[in-house]
Amino acid sequence: MDNVLAFLRWIVTEAAAPKLLVPLVFVALILTLKYYRVVTKPRVAGPIGLLIVVFLVGSCFDANFRKIITKADNIPIILLLFSVFFLVWLSLRRAALNDEAAEKGEPPLEARFKRETVLVWPDLVMIELIVIVGLTALLAFWAVGLPAPLEEPASAALTPNPSKAPWYFLGLQEMLVYYDPWYAGVVLPTMIVVGLMAIPYIDTNPKGNGYYTLVERKFAISVFLIGFIVFWIALITIGTFLRGPNWNFFGPYDYWDVHMSVPLKNINISEIFWVKMLKQGMPEAWYVRELPGIVMVIAFVMIGPLLLAKTVLKKLFKQLDIVRFSVVVTLLLFMISLPAKMLGRWLFNLKYVVYIPEYFINL
Amino acid sequence: MASKASPGKPKKKGLFDRVRDTQIWKSIFRHGYPDTQRNRALAVLSNVFLHLHPVRVRKSGIALSFTWCMGGVTFFLFLVEAVTGILLMFYYRPVAYSAYNDIQELRETIPLGMMRELHRWGAHAMVLTVWLHMFRVFMTGSYKPPREFNWVIGVVLLLLTLLLSFTGYLLPWDQLAIWAITVGSNMARATPLQGHEGPFSQLLTLDGEALVTAGSDVRFALLGGRFVGENALLRFYVLHCVFIPVVAVTLMAVHFWRVRKDGGISGPL
Ligand code: HEM
Repeated sequence: MDNVLAFLRWIVTEAAAPKLLVPLVFVALILTLKYYRVVTKPRVAGPIGLLIVVFLVGSCFDANFRKIITKADNIPIILLLFSVFFLVWLSLRRAALNDEAAEKGEPPLEARFKRETVLVWPDLVMIELIVIVGLTALLAFWAVGLPAPLEEPASAALTPNPSKAPWYFLGLQEMLVYYDPWYAGVVLPTMIVVGLMAIPYIDTNPKGNGYYTLVERKFAISVFLIGFIVFWIALITIGTFLRGPNWNFFGPYDYWDVHMSVPLKNINISEIFWVKMLKQGMPEAWYVRELPGIVMVIAFVMIGPLLLAKTVLKKLFKQLDIVRFSVVVTLLLFMISLPAKMLGRWLFNLKYVVYIPEYFINL
Repeated sequence: MASKASPGKPKKKGLFDRVRDTQIWKSIFRHGYPDTQRNRALAVLSNVFLHLHPVRVRKSGIALSFTWCMGGVTFFLFLVEAVTGILLMFYYRPVAYSAYNDIQELRETIPLGMMRELHRWGAHAMVLTVWLHMFRVFMTGSYKPPREFNWVIGVVLLLLTLLLSFTGYLLPWDQLAIWAITVGSNMARATPLQGHEGPFSQLLTLDGEALVTAGSDVRFALLGGRFVGENALLRFYVLHCVFIPVVAVTLMAVHFWRVRKDGGISGPL
């Protein structure tokens, strides 16, 4: 029995490491989208949900796990995980039902009532009232049961370790592992906001307006969900539960040891190229030194769009005008730049592709 | 103020009916008991708050399994934040020597201290529901024409919700607060051109003097100093209690108005 438990702990700890967890979430999402009609069936999704609950409850027997999970400010993230899981299921389930109906030539569920309308008073007002009463009760219950934390008074001299941003920004803080602040903290968030705003103007597919569906909007939904689930929710989860002192990785059952040291073995492209491959010293001038990295970035920016247009975006390339297509490609390249660097780090211990501290441009 | 008993009516009037018959009641609610189509419509039309709604809505639109009620819940949580926030403002002073103590008082002695819990958990919940609302709107394709612009307004509202939460995070003035804000605002240092550690910022010079320094970059403007101190506390307080809420309320009004003007909650054509 002890052996089995130890084995389970080992598996969970290994799988929780970002270099496995992020790809695992990604693969799980892709499989879900591919087989959504089967996966969302209650008799498949139900047991999966149950398994997650069993995992969480079972893990609570571990003191370290319990400590991090029950931290007052972490409760919303537990709520977030459950509601996202449930609502992804609900929306894909409805999509599956609608898509099946469409194949038989029937209208989607949302069209059941056709143009039928109801009076706001009392129908909608009643729903609102019930929701308000229920929510008030929930909030009151939460507020009575869980005191809001207050730590030691602010002190500019004592830096806590780890220092974490508010939980909803921990996905961004996690991106700092891979990119410098100017990119992970400024450029990427800006592109997220710009990208979100651009969605209605670049998605010209008229289908799937006002009802759940997957087949009619497969590409749009896949990209959105990869961004939302993998690069937002999963990164927040890692940043909150699995990053301890010095932003080191700690498994869900590990004690957060302040003194744990992780060897720094990440290296720059310039070093790989000049020292390891050409076996010579680093050139003096930065533009020579960083040439290999700069060439790689330019290649990413120039060849990336061509590759995309020939492969995943083949259909879009034909449908969209040049302006919209350029915007789509630009946004996608920004999005891909994150997993690209992640892979570089996990596979080659890559630190920077381009390293020009003279101008604070490190990528 | 009892009304005259009408001779033809056999049933005696209850207290409620009497209240409804007073001039005061009738001056407030200008419609009869909402049991007829006409009066139900008037109940919505003659009330400025309910008039956010149309008189009739599509049945499919209000199904809980369609909207998950997430936009409505977000709005409700915003109202909770406004009410509890105002109560907190009675006790809390945004100056470094008292801020922490005021929060401690709220925890320990002040009868309305639970407002702090409601306010904090409500804020967390609002961040969560606004994400889920966006997720729902995306999954139903409700950003497609004619609702494109309302989606854009929504993205701004999402940003404002996060900023509201972020500026509020500093106010307890404890270790968690200043260091979370320090971590967050450190990003601004690295803003291209405008942060003193950002790419290209050192190219901005005047007569050989750097224009963008630790004492003049965007982070300095945000914090009112080189680090998270008293000035930052005051700035965040004003942003949190006045500026962002006013902008958010205005945009919410536009958002709700547009939901109606764009043809109500979306549905299959
Ligand atoms: C403070 C934040 C927000 C509040 C209070 C709010 C409130 C609402 C409400 C009450 C509705 C009516 C339908 C529903 O409940 O789902 C609605 C609809 C809508 N919201 Fe929001 N919203 C907010 C943020 C957002 C965000 C972040 C987005 C998207 C990025 C968004 C986009 C939309 C769109 C496109 C509709 C029309 C949906 C339809 O017709 O089906 N809103 N919003």
